[in-house]
Amino acid sequence: MRTPARRLRRRLALTAAVSSAAFVSIPAAVASAGIIAPESGGGTPNAEGIRSLYLLIGILAVIVFVGVCGLLIHTLVKYRASKGGVPSQVHGNNRLEVSWTVGAALILVLISVVTFVKLGQIYEPPNSDASALPLTSKLTPAADGRQKLPPNGRVYQIDVNGLQYVWRYTYPDGDTNNLNNVFSYEEMVVPTGATVALRIFAQDVQHSWWIPQLGGKFDAVPGYANYTWFKISEPGVYRGQCAELCGRNHANMVAQVRALPPAKFQAWYDRQKAAIRNADEQAAKARNAAIKATAGP
Amino acid sequence: MTTAPTTAPVKTGPAPVPEIVAHNADPQPSGWLSWLTTTDHKRIGIMYMAAGWLFFIVGGVEALVIRLQLAQADSTLITPQTYNALFTMHGTTMVFLFLIPMIAGFANYLVPLMIGARDMAFPKLNALSFWLLVAGGVVFYGSLLYSPAECGWTCYAPLSETAYSPTNGVDAWIFLIHLTGISSFIGALNIFVTIANMRAPGMTWSRVPLFVWTMLTQSILLIIALPVIAGAVTMLLTDRQFGTHFFDPSNGGSSLLWQHLFWFFGHPEVYILVLPAFGIISEVLPVFSRKPIFGYRAIVAATLGIAVIGTLVWAHHMFTTPLPYALLVFFMLGTFLIAIPTGVKIFNWTFTLWRGSIEFTVPTLFSIGFLFTFLLGGITGIFLAVFPVDWQLHDTYFVVAHFHYTIVGGAVFGILAGLYYWFPKFSGRMLGERMGKWSFWTIMIGFWVTFLVQHSAGLSGMPRRVYEYADVGNLEIYNLISTIGSFILAVGILLTVINIVTSVRSGAKAGPDPWKGNTLEWFSTSPPPRNNFDTVPRVRSVEPMKDIRRQIERQDRRSEEAATPA
Ligand SMILES: [Cu+2]
Repeated sequence: MRTPARRLRRRLALTAAVSSAAFVSIPAAVASAGIIAPESGGGTPNAEGIRSLYLLIGILAVIVFVGVCGLLIHTLVKYRASKGGVPSQVHGNNRLEVSWTVGAALILVLISVVTFVKLGQIYEPPNSDASALPLTSKLTPAADGRQKLPPNGRVYQIDVNGLQYVWRYTYPDGDTNNLNNVFSYEEMVVPTGATVALRIFAQDVQHSWWIPQLGGKFDAVPGYANYTWFKISEPGVYRGQCAELCGRNHANMVAQVRALPPAKFQAWYDRQKAAIRNADEQAAKARNAAIKATAGP
Repeated sequence: MTTAPTTAPVKTGPAPVPEIVAHNADPQPSGWLSWLTTTDHKRIGIMYMAAGWLFFIVGGVEALVIRLQLAQADSTLITPQTYNALFTMHGTTMVFLFLIPMIAGFANYLVPLMIGARDMAFPKLNALSFWLLVAGGVVFYGSLLYSPAECGWTCYAPLSETAYSPTNGVDAWIFLIHLTGISSFIGALNIFVTIANMRAPGMTWSRVPLFVWTMLTQSILLIIALPVIAGAVTMLLTDRQFGTHFFDPSNGGSSLLWQHLFWFFGHPEVYILVLPAFGIISEVLPVFSRKPIFGYRAIVAATLGIAVIGTLVWAHHMFTTPLPYALLVFFMLGTFLIAIPTGVKIFNWTFTLWRGSIEFTVPTLFSIGFLFTFLLGGITGIFLAVFPVDWQLHDTYFVVAHFHYTIVGGAVFGILAGLYYWFPKFSGRMLGERMGKWSFWTIMIGFWVTFLVQHSAGLSGMPRRVYEYADVGNLEIYNLISTIGSFILAVGILLTVINIVTSVRSGAKAGPDPWKGNTLEWFSTSPPPRNNFDTVPRVRSVEPMKDIRRQIERQDRRSEEAATPA
């Protein structure tokens, strides 16, 4: 009976070594996103907040996991069957059982407290930077009370519409006729430094708006409006894709956000607006010509 | 099959074992027709388990094709249509056609034996529930002949409405839910009534084996949850076929309603699958550490607690939908509460091993594998319960990894522990230990290689249910590792299948009680005769077989003393 026991001990030692190596390497990996923690990187506070909340819970999780695994491995090695080993015939231990129940509850209370402390940064949008403030406009909160606005109530609001299999964005406009609104597909262009508020809709089936580096995902549900926001400080392109199964080409329903400094954003916006006005005028001209041609003498 | 001994066995040798006293028990009838018409709980149990294995292999092959497709970025191995049908079939099969029947098989076979009953309360109803399950499987897989559903096992509306899923695959899926649902519902009633009314004399509620406790709790959960999903799929069916608009937002219906109804069933379903595995672990660990279970009452209370809280947390699957803030908080805190009874169980199991005399048999190994794997699944569940964190993790491969850690690490490892533990009772023969150990290590390594890395894929932004992905970051490496792991896992499962097939014919003879078990099923022969027992002993503790063994030892000593002349 000696050899199997030794083999077992070697196996357990190996397991312990591998798992401890994994946990030693974790702090090293913390720096790189996407391996053990969610993405962030655009400088938007909600994504940063989720990432740091995840890491705080992760520290507790690693302690619990290593602790319980250690206890288990120790038990398995120490109390493996051996000649003369007498199993103790205990049926339980009230004090011990109450204490681990309370212990588990305390860990969860701790996680709840950490969550509520971090929640503000994730859930509540800050004011836009001064450089982007002129782009924003004052918004009255939606009636359903689920849209969070910054303290000054000013945001740059974009409507997101999900349809099989593309994202369509509509930009706010001083124009009273919203048929003239600037819009784009797949790529959303936003100003850095502005608190961008998204209203998310779906036109056919459910979709889910998600750009990992810009925070959480929010479902586009037909018949409902969903809300989220971000405030990017680093100009750049942030990629994502639809995260709710929406049909055969769900995998191809990609999205990206291009963040430009406010002045460049304004230039892009003006170009789009002019292009739309131009297209409208061309269409009107063609229409008038057609009417004139068929009107007869 | 077996002929029961007609005389009381004669005790020989120094170490007496209790053996069944089955005078004139009816032999099992033989021939295939006797299987089709049987109402014997043991045969129905075996048929359930056989059906479960069949669908496990089918669902497993579907998973391997999925993994092959994802092994490379921008893969073109299969079409998006085939891919969506495959993950729909994989999920549906594993939940409704593998796990539910497999657990029903264990419960059918073991619950009457463990409580000292001669059959289930309603044997004919029992046969009906098995054949309804078969019908569900046939109807669902019949859709392979036209076009299988592509909406995932959750079949969210309005994607599952005729406008977006015009073929009849979704209707086949609906009928599968109906047929297997009725099957499970009457099966659950049967189990509940059997446990409530047919326990051996002396088996008070505090002496009921823990597996039986978990089955009782599971049957209550099924009775609560199944009518809701039955209603939901009926509404979907009338939407699709009879012009109603329950889930159609363009006509005043609500697509969120489907999610609420689905998850009101879907979340308890998770506990419906893992609680019985908890029961199996609670039976196996005391036997092989040669110690009583640590904290019997706490484990029972935790089981009931998980069931009660488990029915109240369904919307944690919906944190990214338009929910009011108060509900987000409510469902987060509710989900936290479940971690307490679950944690209590893990500690109770660990302390059952503590100061024991642990024998590393294959059932022990799978139970230990369960503890480590399920522990990680439980911990990642905490991350998902925190709704702001879930906003990042929801619907990604992180979630795929999480629920495979809980369902495979929990339910499947528990079932495999139970298979190796009770196979001698089912068949009269032992499963090969050596092959079993090879199988265990291959499954364990294969599982962790497949699913650990999927957490990273999800954190890097890979959503679930995508038939292809671009190779950004390390996504292709992660997926390749996962695919390699899935084939290792498949080899491990195959080893157990081979083990079963060879051991049924040529395994070592088991005898009535090969493990020195604690519960009454080991009091009968292996396999038990048609009516299980002809005398049922009076139960005086949770471990009646231990009591009987002690009693026999005492009697033996006494008769030896009487035999030695002074
Ligand atoms: Cu989509």
